Amino acid sequence: MEKLAEANEYAAAEVNRNLTNEQKIGFMLDMFRIRRFEQEAAKQYSQGKMGGFLHLYIGQESVAVGTVSVLGEDDHVITAYRDHGHALAVGMGMDECMAELYGKKTGCSQGKGGSMHYFAPEKNFWGGHGVVGGQTPLGLGLAYALKYKGLTGCVLCFMGDGAVNQGPVHESMNLASLWDIPVIYIIENNGYSMGTSQARSSAFGECLAARAEGYGIDWDVANGESLYEIRAKTAQAVERAHKESRPTVLEIDTYRYEGHSVADANKKKYRTAEEIEKYKTEHDPLRLWRKVLVEEGVLDDQAADALDREAKREAIASAKFAAESDFPGPEAIFEHVYHEVDHDTVSGRTGKHFFND
Amino acid sequence: MPEISYRHALNAALSEEIERDENVFLIGEEVAEYNGAYKVTEGLWKKYGGKRVVDAPISEAGFLGLSVGASMMGLRPVVELMFWSFIYVAYDQLVNNAGTVRYMSGGLVNCPLVVRGPANGGTNVGATHSHTPENMLANMPGLKVVCPATAYDAKGLMKTAIRDNDTVCFMENTLLYGESWEVPEAEYLIPLGVADVKREGADISLIGHGRALLTALQAAEVLAEKHNINAEVLDLRSIRPLDEEAILKSVRKTHRAVLVEENRPFCGVAAQISSMIHEKAFDDLDAPVLRVSSLDAPAIYSPPLEKLQLPTIERIVARVLEIC
Repeated sequence: MEKLAEANEYAAAEVNRNLTNEQKIGFMLDMFRIRRFEQEAAKQYSQGKMGGFLHLYIGQESVAVGTVSVLGEDDHVITAYRDHGHALAVGMGMDECMAELYGKKTGCSQGKGGSMHYFAPEKNFWGGHGVVGGQTPLGLGLAYALKYKGLTGCVLCFMGDGAVNQGPVHESMNLASLWDIPVIYIIENNGYSMGTSQARSSAFGECLAARAEGYGIDWDVANGESLYEIRAKTAQAVERAHKESRPTVLEIDTYRYEGHSVADANKKKYRTAEEIEKYKTEHDPLRLWRKVLVEEGVLDDQAADALDREAKREAIASAKFAAESDFPGPEAIFEHVYHEVDHDTVSGRTGKHFFND
Repeated sequence: MPEISYRHALNAALSEEIERDENVFLIGEEVAEYNGAYKVTEGLWKKYGGKRVVDAPISEAGFLGLSVGASMMGLRPVVELMFWSFIYVAYDQLVNNAGTVRYMSGGLVNCPLVVRGPANGGTNVGATHSHTPENMLANMPGLKVVCPATAYDAKGLMKTAIRDNDTVCFMENTLLYGESWEVPEAEYLIPLGVADVKREGADISLIGHGRALLTALQAAEVLAEKHNINAEVLDLRSIRPLDEEAILKSVRKTHRAVLVEENRPFCGVAAQISSMIHEKAFDDLDAPVLRVSSLDAPAIYSPPLEKLQLPTIERIVARVLEIC
């Protein structure tokens, strides 16, 4: 994270040099929106408005916004349980995302998935998956389907640094390389596998992405402080996927300010308060992007504050929307279990599917 | 009507569905160039090529998970597990992903997937290769489980399973692959969730699935010849969805039931059905419902002992005589 100036030289990369001011401001707003959404969610969580876990993405916003911003029509996204940032980055609305946290019928999954399981296939977003590393074969399969159908597309499959030690990740990398699958595995390395540091959980030489070397997969590491570098390196991987149908493993260094989830009671014990503070003041991706835009003359402080206020207002409104929405009725328990039953087909009407009585 | 083997019936079903729908592809270990570990996919790679019949490395979580992901995007993969016993290394992909993604997405995503392969003991391969996980997977709402006992049922159910829009776990039996039954040449489908009376009878209902059902049919002959007991034999064919009406109809007719399965007894399929019969047809029963399951231990290797561990004709007859 000490090479920010170098990272920002990627401003000259092909994917960045023709960005309009409007697009750059859009990235700023997208990051403000993710942060404000999550701050509002955390506030409402602490007031008992939602159950379960809440894995906050605060500190990592540049990763979702930067990577997703280079995608095209036939490019898809799948991620793990820390999924709010990716969901908003692909264009899901705050209302449906907040309502899902509240378990409301107006939620993106009608209150049936919760925080870890957002979905929006119409926006090429395939979840939201709760088990560490479990989504990596799914991302592979989505990309396999694109290739099978003859489409020029790819899949960004996100995982955390803790996931790299799960078996399916390695099975997936092997298959991706063996069969030339256009999947891009993005390791969002925030330094901590739940409450265990990278040094205490992963054996590695240079970096985690270098594990791809053993599978003959191209890999790279990006500085998550810089949207320019994230975009440039993601675009390179996307181009490789589109043109050569080859996978990539891209590790992006980042940091999360909050605990593994809000239930992480030790979030300040496995790392120092000074460490967290240092990231917030020196490496915060929102602060740094804002600085870039001010220096470039794209935005002044007043305009940046206005964007932030807009994001905050939207987040507060989404909590109001969620609070005022209805819970699903008890009949929802048996909906969306079987496609055939939901659609009342002959198959769905034949034989007993549920065994409560 | 020509007789064909259980293996060839499955092969024909797969071949017909590959031809019918361009989204259907087969994937698994040695299903293509090797022609299938049990030759179920023999000739299909040569006929349809590497896009439709795909050899996967030994990575069950990887290729099963890949297939779940591909099905989410509308393909219809048919995944072969060389043995269903290997599902445990891919359990998360099947149960947590294929089994719940529709639910957790509020119906936005579904997985039209078939996972197939043999799930049986009785071949002296030890406990790790002899699992019968139909009860465990039928315990998961979102998954469907099918266990055909004959070539005719195997073909008709496989074609339906491939066309179904939910994930179907299709459990075959290596001991049946070489057995033959009459199978019509014309196309037919058998719906999931419809049981089949394989032998009409009036005195007791023998209810089961898979190869245990065939053992029950043999036991029914012994009961008729030696004990003057006319047993009805009901083949469940599909575990989930389950044809409860057919079970209750048979029990209401015979007033007695022995449930037969190669599943183990604790929380097995027969345990579920026994509970259901007692709850719904108690007044029709003249005796308690009894079960014949595999003996409750890991599958033993020793060949003569493994024969005893699975349901035998003798055990079924003895059980029936306890209540008839």
